[in-house]
Parts: sequence; structure tokens; C-alpha cells
Amino acid sequence: MAPVISIRGLSKTYASGLQALKPLDLDIERGEIFALLGPNGAGKTTMISIVCGLVTPSAGTVTVDGHDILRDYRQVRRKIGLVPQELHTDQFESVFATTMFSRGLFGCPRDPSYVEKVLRDLSLWDKRGAKIRELSGGMKRRVMIAKALAHEPEVLFLDEPTAGVDVELRRDMWELVRRLRERGVTIILTTHYIEEAEEMADRVGVINRGELILAEEKNALMAKLGKKELTLQLAEPLAAIPPELSEWNLALNQDGHELQYIFDAKADRTGIPSLLARLRDHGIAFKDLNTRQSSLEDIFVSLVSDRRGE
Amino acid sequence: MNFNAQGVWAIYRFEMHRFMRTLWTGLAVPVITTSLYFIVFGAAIGSRMTEIGGVPYGSFIVPGLMMLSMFTESIFNASFGIHMPRFTGTIYELLSAPLSPLEIVLGYVGAAATKSITVALVILATANLFVDVTIAHPLPMILFLVLIAATFCLFGFIIGIWAKGFEQLQVIPLLIVTPLTFLGGAFYSIDMLPEPWRTATLFNPVVYLISGFRWTFFGTSDVGVWISLTATFGFFLLCLVIVGWIFRTGYRLKS
Repeated sequence: MAPVISIRGLSKTYASGLQALKPLDLDIERGEIFALLGPNGAGKTTMISIVCGLVTPSAGTVTVDGHDILRDYRQVRRKIGLVPQELHTDQFESVFATTMFSRGLFGCPRDPSYVEKVLRDLSLWDKRGAKIRELSGGMKRRVMIAKALAHEPEVLFLDEPTAGVDVELRRDMWELVRRLRERGVTIILTTHYIEEAEEMADRVGVINRGELILAEEKNALMAKLGKKELTLQLAEPLAAIPPELSEWNLALNQDGHELQYIFDAKADRTGIPSLLARLRDHGIAFKDLNTRQSSLEDIFVSLVSDRRGE
Repeated sequence: MNFNAQGVWAIYRFEMHRFMRTLWTGLAVPVITTSLYFIVFGAAIGSRMTEIGGVPYGSFIVPGLMMLSMFTESIFNASFGIHMPRFTGTIYELLSAPLSPLEIVLGYVGAAATKSITVALVILATANLFVDVTIAHPLPMILFLVLIAATFCLFGFIIGIWAKGFEQLQVIPLLIVTPLTFLGGAFYSIDMLPEPWRTATLFNPVVYLISGFRWTFFGTSDVGVWISLTATFGFFLLCLVIVGWIFRTGYRLKS
């Protein structure tokens, strides 16, 4: 199936001379949840803002469902919903009125029953008559999502949806995103909570200093770059790693109380059985052991710091 | 979908709703101001003034009073209407919506013009309580009213986009438009001025607006009515060109 969003050679240099995006290619598949990861100022918001029409690109093209974002802006924007990072709301409007306003703005006829459904989905129906300024921060964030969904978009951009949101609301938000995906909505979210990408995304893109470092299936990425780590709590501390164990990639931590072995999780031979056998042969006893798979966060940090070193 | 009528209507309703929230102050202010003008200029000073071109002074100032309020109301409402979303950040939604610049302008300027025309008509009704007001040419009067409201709302829209803060919103109306209106014959005929002030006044664009509008009431004017209409229309087109340029370049809207 053709990608729903196709970005080619997109770059942006602001008037200040800041190059926020270096020429970038990216396809977003229909119906997927794509998480865009990157440190602050990496270019995530710039990319989203270009696709949504808030920022003019310096070069390159973006098509949404085959429509160019500049030439066919009406068709493109009709399909897109945007929830920006900051809480921008009309303080004096009611929840219902502001949601209906958004629907009208995007060219949809008034449909109170659809707006009701959106508000119920977001647990906002009880607050429909409340002025936005009376709501808590979490509720305001929901209102912004309701506004973005009011015109039944096919693609939803969530820019840092859970920044400054409590744990419970974050879980609700993830649940909502999954429900939207089930309905066929494509979701692109930016985050710097790696946990969030790991929890929800089908694919992950990492952006740093305006450059898309990679865009891959989350599981493939974790398998490809994932390292496993075996930690042995030793019965007696070691002063140094015995030369007999030099063929393994070992490290001694915690004043010699802990032996750490980093290995490639996808290799056929992990080297663990032979390592344990060798330890027994040399009378090195251990009290406990555990293995840990590196998280997306570790992968992310190593990717970003690798690039910094260049 | 070549015209987003729903979008225009949404903006228009939103803006009208904003005016409705302050409906009573919005209408009480012009009523009270007009009454004050009539007490001062009409009853106190007007009784000592001679007729101007066969029109009693009290009646003479009605078109000028309407214009004065129209200018300030139009600029204030339209500039505030577009400045507010820029200030709060809600403009993101407007920019990401499938709306052409023309549709955005129609929504905001249409709503602001509706309000300033309403205010002008309220002033006319209030004035009618104090003095006799007859309108010689009702249809041209409506035409001038709509054209001037639209022009000054466009002008206000430009100020709302240009202004970097709320204090800048006030600068143009207070420092330029109000003085030009007072010096533009709102309360006198420019024929009453000695030279060289009379000639100097002809460089004040507001003279043409007020003169043309006054003609629709009394059938007499300081400058020819076609010159007035051409000047008003010219100012309208100029504002339209500037708004077009703003959207084409994204000036203060997009980076």
C-alpha cells in the first residue's frame, strides 16, 4: 500500500540562519503509529509544523495521500489533525463550542452527535459546558485532542502528547491512541519519553540536529541494536578479571563484587554456558545472576551520543 | 471543495460570540458617548453655532460622529480579533485548517464589520433622540457605511498582524486615526478653515471619507462625492493588497 505521508528532500532553514532540518526523506505507512524521538531542538516540531502548514519549507516536497501539501492544501489539511505541544486554548469558550468551532474550521458541517462522541471518548462530556479556563492542565490537553479529532482526520499528529501529564492520564492517552489506530487513523507522535515510543510505536524514527538518523520497525530496531547484559553477583569479590576469562567481554563492577558480561542477544552462540562452565572450573562462585535486554532508551542514547562525537 | 463556507461561518460565529459576551458594554459605550457629544456639542455649543450649508449644527455632526466610532470600533475589533489568536497561540489551528487567506479575512473582517456597522446604526438611533436626522440618499449611505467598515476592519486586521503586543494595537488608532478624524472635518466643514489649513486638510484621507458620507445625509459635501467614493475604494483596495501580501509572504504568521 502506498504510504500515507511521503517526505522527500525536506529541509528548513529559518530566517535566523538556523538549519532546523537537513534534507530528509521519510515515509509514513497508513495506519501505523510512528514515534519520532529526539532531544529538544532536534527538529521534530519543525517537521510536523511543515506538514501541517504552520511553517513554510525551504526545499523538498511532502505529499499526503498523494496530494502536495502546498498545491493541494485543502485536501491535505482536511485529512490531518494536529495537537501541538503547548496548551493553546480559547480560555473563554466552552468545551463543546470550541470543539464544534474546530469542526467548522476544517469545513465539516455541524454535527452535534459526532462532537458528542468525540467528547465522550475523551471523558469530556461531563465538562462540555465548562469554560476551558476552568479546566485542569490534563483536561485542557484532552480538549486539544478533541479539537484535533473534530473533523474526523485520517492522520493525527501528537506533538509531545504526554509532556507534563500525570501517569494516569498518560495511560489514558496511550489507550486512546491505540483505539484511534484500530479505527485506521495513522498516528505520528513526537516524544522524548522513550518509554512511550517503546510502549506504543510500530516504527521509530530518531532525529537529531535536524537529521533523521534512522526510521525502523521498533522490534527490528531493538533486535538489531539490542544488547543483552548478564550480571553475576559474586560470592567472593575479585581483585581483577582472571586471564582465563579474557575471551569473554567482561567487566568488573562494585569493587569486584559484580561481574558483567555484555553479549549480542541475536547471536547463535551467546557464550553463556561456556562462561559459566569456566567459572565453575576456576572455583568462582556466584550468589545470583540476572540478564537484562537494553531498552530503546539505551539505543537512543548511544545513537545520539555517537553522532555528537563525530 | 473550492470554498470553505463552513470555515468562514465558524470564524464569523466565533467572533460574533466574542462580541456577544460583552454586548452590553459594547452597546452602552457608543450610546453614552454619543449622548455626551450631543450634550456638549449639540446643546451647549451647538446653540451658538450657525447652520452649516443650511444644516443645523447638531444634525451636521451626526455623520462625523458615526464615522469616528466606526473607525475606532473597526480597527479595535478587527485588530483584536486576529491579534488574540496570535497572542494565545490558538492561531496554529487557523493556519493548519483548509482555509484560503480570503476565507480567513472574510470571517474576521466580516464579523468585525458587522459589529461596527451595528454600532454606527446605534449611534444614528441615539442621535435621532436629540436632533432631527434625515438621510437624503439612503442606498449610497449604506454603501458608504459598508465600504468604510470593511476598509477599516481590513486596516485593523493588518494592524493586528503587524502589532507585536497589545500596546502596539493602540498606537495607530490613537496617534494617527483619531487625530486625522478630528482634523478631517468630523465636527466642522473644511470650508470653515482659513488657508493654508484648508489646502493642507485635503491631504488628510479621512476628509474624503467623512465628506462622502455626509453627502449621503444632506446632499452637500466639501469635496465631490465621486472623488470621495474613489478615495474610499482606493483605500479599501490598498488594504486588500497589503493583506494579500501578508498571506503570500506569511509575514508574522509563518516562519
